[in-house]
Amino acid sequence: MKLVRDTSLIFQRQMQLLLRNPVWILVGVFQPVMYLLLFAPLLKPALGVRTNAEAYEIFVPGLLVLLAIFGGLFQGFGLIAELRAGVIERSRVTPVSRFALLLGRSLRDTVSLLAQAVIITLLALVFDLRVFIGNLLLAYLMLALISLMTSAVSYGVALAVKSEDALAPLMNTVAQPVLLLSGILLPLTFAPGWLQAVADWNPFSWAVNGVRALFLGDLGAPEVWQGLLIMAVLAALALTWAARLFARSVR
Amino acid sequence: MIETRGLRKSFMSRQGREKKTVDAVRGVDLTVDEGEIFGFLGPNGAGKTTTLRMLATLIEPDGGEATIAGADLRKDPGEVRRRIGYVAQGGSTWDDSTAREELVLQARLYGISKSVATERAARVLEGFQLSEYADRKCKTYSGGQRRRVDIALGIIHEPKVVFLDEPTTGLDPQSRAHMWDEVRRLRADGMTVFITTHYLDEADALCDRISIMDNGEIVASGTPAELKREISGDVVRVGVSSPARAAEALGSADFINKLETHEDSVRLYVDEGGTAIPLILRALDNASVPLGSIELHRPSLDDVFLTKTGRSLRES
Ligand SMILES: Nc1ncnc2c1ncn2[C@@H]1O[C@H](COP(=O)(O)OP(=O)(O)OP(=O)(O)O)[C@@H](O)[C@H]1O
Ligand SMILES: [Mg+2]
Repeated sequence: MKLVRDTSLIFQRQMQLLLRNPVWILVGVFQPVMYLLLFAPLLKPALGVRTNAEAYEIFVPGLLVLLAIFGGLFQGFGLIAELRAGVIERSRVTPVSRFALLLGRSLRDTVSLLAQAVIITLLALVFDLRVFIGNLLLAYLMLALISLMTSAVSYGVALAVKSEDALAPLMNTVAQPVLLLSGILLPLTFAPGWLQAVADWNPFSWAVNGVRALFLGDLGAPEVWQGLLIMAVLAALALTWAARLFARSVR
Repeated sequence: MIETRGLRKSFMSRQGREKKTVDAVRGVDLTVDEGEIFGFLGPNGAGKTTTLRMLATLIEPDGGEATIAGADLRKDPGEVRRRIGYVAQGGSTWDDSTAREELVLQARLYGISKSVATERAARVLEGFQLSEYADRKCKTYSGGQRRRVDIALGIIHEPKVVFLDEPTTGLDPQSRAHMWDEVRRLRADGMTVFITTHYLDEADALCDRISIMDNGEIVASGTPAELKREISGDVVRVGVSSPARAAEALGSADFINKLETHEDSVRLYVDEGGTAIPLILRALDNASVPLGSIELHRPSLDDVFLTKTGRSLRES
């Protein structure tokens, strides 16, 4: 109960601060919309599909997963600013649950990601994308798990390195191979065998396959439950790890 | 209220490739009584903040033990957290929040209900004369206002003990004087206040008792008056036209520890200047020695520091 109460306190504060900064929201929506409008049209010929709807069925899931990964991975910067301002230390002298300090923040990141995801989905509907609502909600669940995991990882690394200068290259180094080896932007159907084999070891590749299956209306596809399971386990691990860093000393 | 024994902490710091151990705190024993303002005086890097962070459960000591407000630091840090307040040296407010929001949140993190937290925030804002700015973002506050918000955040849950790490550093003289009043008000409300400072006058004027820290160790403890007395007592300088006659008149007095004769004065080393002066006046009067002037020189805490460490605090 204390955990729920504390988490909601932290979450509410973080949400309040986020909403106070409308510029951020604008940027968060503007970028993906640009991808949708400017990048997606190139895909129809590239993927060899006949309609816009088909292209979006492949592209939109990738874009959403991409946002979940990147949105999460760069949340650590905000935490470093909070560390510097002394806000984290101020929380740590109170009896507040250490797990709540992390979870409240990660949930804020997840909610803001889902808001982005809804906007993008709605726009894609205008471009003839059609997806069954139940499947869409499951896809959002997958996104939420990804976002929880990546933001927790980012917070954990931020607490460990405590400086933007170290965090930025670290996160970029992680993000780049993850991105290239997951088939997020383009499916790996045409990739050479070795590349596909490597991608099989990339958990995000499973996640994106799961979301694609959901967008194609294939609820029963094994990729769906496999992706969800892998992401849930990883999210739990990441949250546990980062919460322990919150509990440990921070300077 | 606070009792520590042999509190120790070292840090590993890397300089290039070499690893070095910094013994930030090397065995601190101290006792702080209930309801007093206890001061920790020491130069930069003495280990004041490290000691405070250990007592506030933020870092784990390498060794030693402590009891704070009846809770054991090692065995029950959670209980210590509930009973203390801590105000960090570097501040703790978020630019985009308002003082009121910060205060309500802080109270609620201590498990206080929303309505009580709101009410308390209003009262504390009033007490610290912050009501006027309470709903402005913290980034618009002056340094002094922001520091007052920090302190308010540290006591919103009405702790038994509050740790204030250099609450007055960077404030102008007037804001400092205000801050002293705030700190005295906390004591009047029944709180035990543990404060660090590197200002001699602050330790002297504000604190009931102090410990002087240098290089990770406590070099002296006591009330400011005791410490100064322990060092050298007071010096009374008596201006006279004939020092020789004055020396003769005072030479046999047993309250004078030492007497120096100078060109137009005598210097008398006494334990307590305040009680010595009437006796000096009477002795000179009895011997009909005309008195030019009389001056009392009290040793400062800097003299104490100098005696204990061989360095002056003003220089370090
Ligand atoms: N996290 C840390 N890692 C390495 N060294 C540290 C760390 N924290 C403190 N130190 C070192 O420990 C020593 C004591 O530092 P501390 O901050 O306790 O001093 P202080 O008395 O508070 O000084 P100031 O008056 O400047 O605030 C210093 O030499 C400092 O460099
Ligand atoms: Mg300090």
